[in-house]
Amino acid sequence: MAGFNFDLCKRNSFLESKGVKAPGYTKTGTTIAGVIFKDGVVLGADTRSTAGSTVADKNCEKIHFIAPNIYCCGAGTAADTENVTGMVASQLDLHRYATGRESRVVTAMTLLKSHLFRYQGHVSAALVLGGVDFRGPHLFTVYPHGSTDSLPYCTMGSGSLAAMAVFESGYKDNMSRDEAVSLVDRAIQAGIWNDLGSGSNVDICIITKGKVDYLRNYKYFMDKTYVRKFPVCYPPGTTTVVREKMVALKDVDVIEGEASEAMVID
Amino acid sequence: MSIFEYNGSAIIGMAGKECVAIGSDLRFGVQFQTLATDYQKIYRIHDKLYLGLAGLGTDAQTLAARFKFKHNMYKLREERDIRPSTFGQLVSSTLYEKRFGPYFCSPVVAGLDKDNVPYLCGMDTIGAIETAKDFMVAGTAPDSLYGMCESMFRPDLEPEELFEVLSQCLLAGTDRDALSGWGAIVHVITKDKTNSRTLKGRMD
Repeated sequence: MAGFNFDLCKRNSFLESKGVKAPGYTKTGTTIAGVIFKDGVVLGADTRSTAGSTVADKNCEKIHFIAPNIYCCGAGTAADTENVTGMVASQLDLHRYATGRESRVVTAMTLLKSHLFRYQGHVSAALVLGGVDFRGPHLFTVYPHGSTDSLPYCTMGSGSLAAMAVFESGYKDNMSRDEAVSLVDRAIQAGIWNDLGSGSNVDICIITKGKVDYLRNYKYFMDKTYVRKFPVCYPPGTTTVVREKMVALKDVDVIEGEASEAMVID
Repeated sequence: MSIFEYNGSAIIGMAGKECVAIGSDLRFGVQFQTLATDYQKIYRIHDKLYLGLAGLGTDAQTLAARFKFKHNMYKLREERDIRPSTFGQLVSSTLYEKRFGPYFCSPVVAGLDKDNVPYLCGMDTIGAIETAKDFMVAGTAPDSLYGMCESMFRPDLEPEELFEVLSQCLLAGTDRDALSGWGAIVHVITKDKTNSRTLKGRMD
């Protein structure tokens, strides 16, 4: 398990008491959503990550791998969603080696919630967990404090209201795959266009029995609004250089015998 | 005041065609008092991998020493240099270990991976990786650096032009930041050589 190091906490809180502000973290402002359909689960996410009001990454990945039959969308502090899903993924990997059985979605959900509950909401990851196991399709939301919901359709993140509005008006039981994908796509787009914390592209992940379709950039809106027709080209020598140091990299010459992997550069 | 504004820094990493460049300013100060103008914020990990550490100077030096140690240990175990993408993960997990009491540093990793494919990534102070195909910025003037890079960057630049674009972005960007500047250093990594150039910049 995690095992955080708290050595710098005292120094950092001292600095804070002197009026020095700690820097903010990269957040995934985020619209994430999931829906259960006739024979599986569809997960969706936008691709914007923000640092304050600046867009830090225009095309990040928010649908994380948990197991071959389970994926998880993450909202909240980027580092937390990345690490908490990675940790659970590796725990499940070891569990599969030990048992030789497919991972269950409830197992992933329980591992996530017990980690999040232990940290009392300080690990700020809000997740939509979806997958298909031998009991059928499952969809959960996991809140940063460790509570969970099991629902046929759910949304998370700052764009959750916009996305839920689409779900509430468009959800039906037993949808076909195409209906479900188009509903999730519309829900994510509601977040992209109406929530400032969400933006850029739509990622979709369709999980059915024994098959996963990860459609990275299912809808791609990110192309630059304006591309220079005559780009500014700085001719060599534009920048004044005071000092220059060149280091030539020599490859290793093997005179005798096989080149071992260690000897070959990169 | 943000802790990043205590020493001041500006770093840009940029990817080109089979080459990658990383540059930083050279100022070291304590708030508005400049103490040195030859302060390197970029650390060489191996021939084809450089690490830029923006933020609080003391933490940057601590981290640089820890990464040097970790890379040495890695080399002893594996008998080879670390791959840039692996090193990115190493930096990330080192920072995330201190999730609740972080180092006040945001790193930029630039290197050439297998087949000389550029690898470029940046992180926040707790190791949320952001991989970029184009450019990565960090420091006290990210907004003006972002602005310069967004408008000047073109894909597949050759090493010489990559150097010019990065240098101009860095110099123009830091001119709008009081806490960084005072000259700059730019490292260009290509498959057979690395070129480190110190730039003339405004000294005000």
